[in-house]
Amino acid sequence: MSQPFRLTQGGRIHRDEPLQFTFDGRPIDAFRGDTVASALLANGVTLVGRSFKYHRPRGIVSAGAEDPNAFVQLGRGARTLPNRLATVTPATPGLEVRHVNAWPSLDFDLMSAFGLAAPFIPAGFYYKTLMWPRRFWPLYEHFLRHAAGLGHAPDAPDPDRYDHVHAHCDVLVVGAGAAGLAAARAAAQTGARVIVADEQAKFGGGLLSTSERVDGLPAPQWADAATAQLSSASDVTLLPNTTAFGLYESNLVLLAERLHTDQPDNAGAESGARVWRVLPRQIVLATGAHERPLLFANNDRPGVMLAGAISTYVNRYAVVTGSRAVLFTNNDSAYRTALDLVEAEVPVAAIADVRVDPDGILPAQTRAQGIPIHTGAVVVQAHGRGRLAAAELCSLDGAPLGTVECDLLGVSGGFAPALHLHAQAGAPMTWNPQIAAFAPQPSHDIHPAGAVTGQLDLASALRQGTAAGAAAAAAAGCSNGHTPAAPQAAETPTSDLKPYWLPPGDLARTKPQFVDVHEDVTLDDLRLSLREGFESIEHVKRYTTLGMGPDQGKLANPLATGVIAELLGRDPASVGTPRHRPAYSPVSLGAIAGRHIGELADPVRVTPMQDWHESAGTRFENVGQWRRAWYYPHPGESMHEAVARECLAVRHRVGILDYSTLGKIEVTGPDAGEFLDRVYTNAWKRLRPGRCRYGLMLGKDGMIFDDGVTARLDHQRYLMFTSTANAAPVLAWLEQWLQTEWTDLRVYLTSVSEHWSNIALAGPRSREVLAAAGTDIPLAREDFPFMTFREGTVAGVPARVFRISFSGELSYEINVPADRARHVWEALFDAGRSFGITPYGTETMHVLRAEKGFIIVGQETDGSVTPEDVGLGRLLSRRKDFLGKRSLSRPDSVRPDRKQLVGLLTDDPAQVLPEGGHVVDAPGRRRPLPMRGHVTSSYFSPVLGRSIALAMVAGGRAALGERLYVATLDDDRWLPARSCHPVFYDPQGARQHV
Amino acid sequence: MLLIPCPWCGPREDDEFTFGGEADIPRPADPDALTDEQWADYLFMRDNRRGRHREQWCHTAGCRRWFIVERDTVTNEILGASTYGNSS
Repeated sequence: MSQPFRLTQGGRIHRDEPLQFTFDGRPIDAFRGDTVASALLANGVTLVGRSFKYHRPRGIVSAGAEDPNAFVQLGRGARTLPNRLATVTPATPGLEVRHVNAWPSLDFDLMSAFGLAAPFIPAGFYYKTLMWPRRFWPLYEHFLRHAAGLGHAPDAPDPDRYDHVHAHCDVLVVGAGAAGLAAARAAAQTGARVIVADEQAKFGGGLLSTSERVDGLPAPQWADAATAQLSSASDVTLLPNTTAFGLYESNLVLLAERLHTDQPDNAGAESGARVWRVLPRQIVLATGAHERPLLFANNDRPGVMLAGAISTYVNRYAVVTGSRAVLFTNNDSAYRTALDLVEAEVPVAAIADVRVDPDGILPAQTRAQGIPIHTGAVVVQAHGRGRLAAAELCSLDGAPLGTVECDLLGVSGGFAPALHLHAQAGAPMTWNPQIAAFAPQPSHDIHPAGAVTGQLDLASALRQGTAAGAAAAAAAGCSNGHTPAAPQAAETPTSDLKPYWLPPGDLARTKPQFVDVHEDVTLDDLRLSLREGFESIEHVKRYTTLGMGPDQGKLANPLATGVIAELLGRDPASVGTPRHRPAYSPVSLGAIAGRHIGELADPVRVTPMQDWHESAGTRFENVGQWRRAWYYPHPGESMHEAVARECLAVRHRVGILDYSTLGKIEVTGPDAGEFLDRVYTNAWKRLRPGRCRYGLMLGKDGMIFDDGVTARLDHQRYLMFTSTANAAPVLAWLEQWLQTEWTDLRVYLTSVSEHWSNIALAGPRSREVLAAAGTDIPLAREDFPFMTFREGTVAGVPARVFRISFSGELSYEINVPADRARHVWEALFDAGRSFGITPYGTETMHVLRAEKGFIIVGQETDGSVTPEDVGLGRLLSRRKDFLGKRSLSRPDSVRPDRKQLVGLLTDDPAQVLPEGGHVVDAPGRRRPLPMRGHVTSSYFSPVLGRSIALAMVAGGRAALGERLYVATLDDDRWLPARSCHPVFYDPQGARQHV
Repeated sequence: MLLIPCPWCGPREDDEFTFGGEADIPRPADPDALTDEQWADYLFMRDNRRGRHREQWCHTAGCRRWFIVERDTVTNEILGASTYGNSS
């Protein structure tokens, strides 16, 4: 394609490096240095999308991040990104670009019927209309979802890698235009660590599109030189293609760096991006300003552009965006655009200036070119259907000044500082009447410089940038005593802007006049909002959706402030602006997630026997971050069958369990016994070395926090077992007491959970298996009784063997160093073959312990359960204080109707109760039905041949044997049961003592 | 985000730390001597001060030491950090 709107010379594009990308499948010729937007314009593509609500045709408005229309979809398949701005996306070879908001196609848009219906769908329409009748909502929703599309999500997982970078620096410079580059230079020469971020691929900002000169050089050349100088400085990091999108507490700044944007094989999307978390000591805010649009009827027609953008396309990209122009302004800047257009041989048919007597240098130069200037005049309507064809002018008192044919209308309502980052942090801003906009107030650590301050000329930007960079470096403690001279540019005296918000008289009633072009919010919508009492700017925003698009209302909000002020007859300063929130512009979810996805979303912890379990066909369950063997099904076996087989194997022969996940904390030091006395409810100091004891740990509120066995290894050394999920919280709890309250205790805690693997042998044949595997520990009952521990070797490996039992059977828990655990596991398994050894998992473990009425912290307990509640009052020492003891005598802790642990036996022995099921006295439809308690554990017990359940039932212990019912999700189905003592099997505990 | 000055490791981002609530609430030496109200006050009642606030932090992902931070609850400015006596 011939690029009919490309100038033959000039611009900052590389004409010797042509490239091609596609827009909706159609090839677009471009040059390196182009953005997608500049290339589209060079090719005469004026329609880039349809508007959000009315589906009106829309074109490119700006040359930067403020554009409300230029959102496109990049890439395809798994590598696609919606909501990227064509105006800041570099044109790259092979890039696939699509429009995002037209259905079914851009040229033929079904939804534009909405445009004809516009009078019937004003602001608030959805709130008022689509809520009823309620049964129609699914229909509305289907239609709205189609209508509301802004691009589409990738159709497969993103193959690219995204990273997060954590960085610190002395000075962060946001924006690399004139002020930002000057600031970075001034800060860098002090030796400060400086990071400079700019959203564009090339540093320079406005310098790249002006014909002015800096230090005698053309501005773009000076920008290149300054950038080169910075990139060779040490401790200066330059981040092009990087948007500072959020400023948070403590001046944490988030930057989104788009990577590999120029690689041809990435189907156009950013293959990978980085989010930088930067914590700078000082910030230079050189984010520039956004030109403000103006209100007139059909001000959204393709061909209506910001005047400054027209200049940027001419000067930087050598693209003319029309063939005959009209300009509409209330300040001097559009005159520079007029001169640029004349230079590019585009006729300027008329300039309408709101001001009666513009007297700056630029108007004078423009007048000298013979361009017709109408002062005290405004554009009141744009004509043309798909594209602008003419502009209708009139004087401020409403007198018609005729209609001027044009296909380009440049507007400039002044400039609003891009103070978004500053405002996100809640930093103060003030209304500046000079520019009729809010400007940021400097603070001790944020230094605004350049156009963001409201000073728009180049010389001021260079001066302010230099001062801000030096001040920021000094405030960060990096001064070398002198401030460099600011780069010089010609001063351009300008005449004042005249605020202009509403067209004069009845002309403010012509329709439609768009305040927010992206969200299709019109002047009439604002009027309606105010009429209905939504006068606060935050209410106007919510009522009309003003500023709620992915453009975040960058153009709309500064305009709305003035328009609302005028409609209400108030001072714009008191109207304010909607709260600015991150993100400044869209950031891909991949970049935000970084590496924290898939298997890196959360650490996975496995035991040394993991491979063995996998090869045995184990089903796993997650317990915290641990993967634990759940059950080991034989081929064709259901879970129920496998668990039943495993349970019976342990009860009748021998089972082997990987119990390595149990928390293990070594408690050492002369005061270790005293410490355990304080944190456990029972007594520890007199426990003899070599013996084990079960302990309960309570919170300060007296509620059960953790339980487990602790062994006294020797005089000053204990090994504490905690529940798997509680290992870290218990260690933290103990450390907090030692470090903050009991600093006099000589006690040291070491987490050894990962150092020692734990293999449990359980069942009547376990002693024989341990002996067959080879051990030097005497195993006879009198040599190694229940609740003791011995050190020795097992299968040739040094081991700590504990005779403790969570199944109620004869059992040994064998602790061996983790790196030898697999060997010991296999040795025990081999030795056990002739005894019918069976590996079992957590499900069987749970059934076995429930048969014995052993609680699991977090299953029977929920942070509101005392030891008495679960029948463990015998573990509460009367002779000593312990954490939580005082709370156990609080009135609430001794209520007789507290929930207490009971067993439940269903009338139907085959019926397994639902865990969590509510327990009631009698079925009924009355609501609320008084609840007695809930089922905490429920299983089928293979050894008993029937179902069993544990439950917490109010006042349950005093009424054992009572008739109870368990609710189901089916209102008419109640499961009858009787309560019983919670130990179902071997209540005397004979089996574990053999 | 807060930059918290760990007395042992230096300033670190707050996601390395665990918050431990208001400082200087020692466990009563003789809990049995307290009325239920006094004990409940120790257990549950906190001042939630506006302005300078002494609070406990633990460098969980670092040295695992508890220490005291003084923070302005309005501005989030951190005014200082101190260790517990006899802390080893």
